[in-house]
Amino acid sequence: MAKTLFDRVWERHVVREEPGEPALIYIDLHLLHEVTSPQAYEGLRLAGRKLRRPDRSIATMDHNVPTDGGPVTDPLAKAQLDALAANCPAFGVPLYATGSGREGIVHVIGPELGLTRPGITIVCGDSHTSTHGAFGALAFGIGTSEVEHVMATQCLQQRRPKTMRMHFEGTLPPGITAKDCILGAIGQIGVAGGAGHVIEYTGDAIEAFTMEQRMTVCNMSIEAGARAGMIAPDNTTFAYLENRPASPQGAEWEAALDEWRQLRTDDGAEFANEVVVNVDDLVPQVTWGTNPGMVAPVTANVPDPADITDDEERQSLERALEYMGLEAGMAVRDIQIDRVFIGSCTNSRIEDLRAAASVVKGHKVSDGVHAMVVPGSVPIKLQAESEGLDKLFTDAGFEWREAGCSMCLGMNPDILQPGERSASTSNRNFEGRQGRGGRTHLVSPEMAAAAAVAGHFVDVRELSYEPVG
Amino acid sequence: MEAFTRTTGRVAVIDRPDIDTDQVIPKQFLKRIERTGWGEFLFWDWRLDQDGNPRPDFELNNPAFADAKILMAGRNFGCGSSREHAPWAIQGYGFDVVIAPSFADIFRSNCMKVGLVPVELPGEHVRALMDAVDTENGSEMTVDLEALTITGADGSTVEFEFDAFRRNCILNGLDDIDLTLEHEAAITEYERANPSRIDTLALEH
Repeated sequence: MAKTLFDRVWERHVVREEPGEPALIYIDLHLLHEVTSPQAYEGLRLAGRKLRRPDRSIATMDHNVPTDGGPVTDPLAKAQLDALAANCPAFGVPLYATGSGREGIVHVIGPELGLTRPGITIVCGDSHTSTHGAFGALAFGIGTSEVEHVMATQCLQQRRPKTMRMHFEGTLPPGITAKDCILGAIGQIGVAGGAGHVIEYTGDAIEAFTMEQRMTVCNMSIEAGARAGMIAPDNTTFAYLENRPASPQGAEWEAALDEWRQLRTDDGAEFANEVVVNVDDLVPQVTWGTNPGMVAPVTANVPDPADITDDEERQSLERALEYMGLEAGMAVRDIQIDRVFIGSCTNSRIEDLRAAASVVKGHKVSDGVHAMVVPGSVPIKLQAESEGLDKLFTDAGFEWREAGCSMCLGMNPDILQPGERSASTSNRNFEGRQGRGGRTHLVSPEMAAAAAVAGHFVDVRELSYEPVG
Repeated sequence: MEAFTRTTGRVAVIDRPDIDTDQVIPKQFLKRIERTGWGEFLFWDWRLDQDGNPRPDFELNNPAFADAKILMAGRNFGCGSSREHAPWAIQGYGFDVVIAPSFADIFRSNCMKVGLVPVELPGEHVRALMDAVDTENGSEMTVDLEALTITGADGSTVEFEFDAFRRNCILNGLDDIDLTLEHEAAITEYERANPSRIDTLALEH
């Protein structure tokens, strides 16, 4: 029977399956960070259990860490980081702590190290674990009880999710990014459109994307409500992984390639759902509301509740506009911003930084705008510095920060003040996400950079700039 | 997990769709490393103003919803972050059950693990139940996981469906890890048959 990519990966990981029960599936790689692990470690300790496979686990410090290079001054944040630093060695788990030179956002360092690879199962106590699906892995976020379950058993009890194919049809116009594709797709299917499903992304645009662009797409699968997102591995995937620190070498690499080449969806394989997203006429996207599905082309206007007939939808829209401090029907381009954040597991990789740097080169951040760049990992920061990107940013008036999750969720000191408005390359524009009362607009790195210079949203396609890096 | 069979108590209604876990438990509280004591932070930014005073316009501050045990909300409840702190906070505030037309996947899974019962009902049934709630004097309801029924104050009953395996786990307060460890032999056999090329310990760190 014709199989999907998901079917292949899932079936290979079933340890046990009984009618009426969830399947027991094996987890190849468990990623850990300071926020969702302390209670799980404590649970193991209280039950007198061991962590079964430290060799399949890896931890880093990302959510709480300050990005100004200073010490952790928040006592709660410090206690949480200290707990990770004590728990990892106690249970044998390797930890990339602050100062190790390898630390960074958990979803950035997994691929960077070559631990993320095709056909494996990856979990982490973080919803953006979907990022790793870009390599043809089955990767999804879990809660702390499940973190403890994986620590103790290296398995999870899971009902088999449904499958959805999201086909990006057409040719991506110049100046349109992976971020615009996924924001446009979420706008089309809604924030619950993928619920219960694992999405496989297909189409010429996906095949032409680099691994970093594919990660941006898969990262936001969760914002469409999906359990995970996946892309079939191909030569782009293999080239990215070759010679990474954890990648197989020599004969093992060749054997891995043979295996990975089998990881695709057969012709005629059936998906529970099929969605087509046409990208021919895609325009740079800007979210205007309080969830990622509230998104519009930069050339459009903020929607008007008066145009909406459905009561629930209209009330949501009214609430969102009130929170966001926007007028119904105003042009997206007229939205003035206070802050710019370039970073997060969605858009903090080297290509993202190059793209943003290209736009800011030779320009200045607009008066009154505070802009910062937070690389996804220490290696990315060093790479960017070796290319002189940091100089382009600082010359323009951006702050150049240390690696971490930073203002994506504001668990560290990088937060919006009440009423402040940001152009952000992150993944969530929920109320208060970047700081209580803060107003977040999600955009691509290029669009964020352009907004920093103009002080309001602009259509990046109208600017002329040369690629750098 | 504590066993749960049924609850009878007041109902609170937050009739909004797409309530994300950033609202349920804002990030500034996620730095705590304890497993308990989360209830006081529930819906913090919606419940309290900048000075820490209750916001009268927020549903949970309605005196008719005080001490409620059953929370009703709009579709796609619990979307966004995987933080299990969200069900911890809902439970900690005093709720045993959440009723909604749909839940986000990770949130539902987290609820099951901690014994907060997520009851999914067709949208029109949720609407009818919400409309029947007296928002001035409060209303009671009974949610029975054993019988799979919701009984309103007027005695009317609605049936609901629930994953049979998870229902058994919650009714009996079973520990998921214990259940999985009963299959230790199968896990070991899987590991023997599927050697991995992944070894995080072999990396320099």
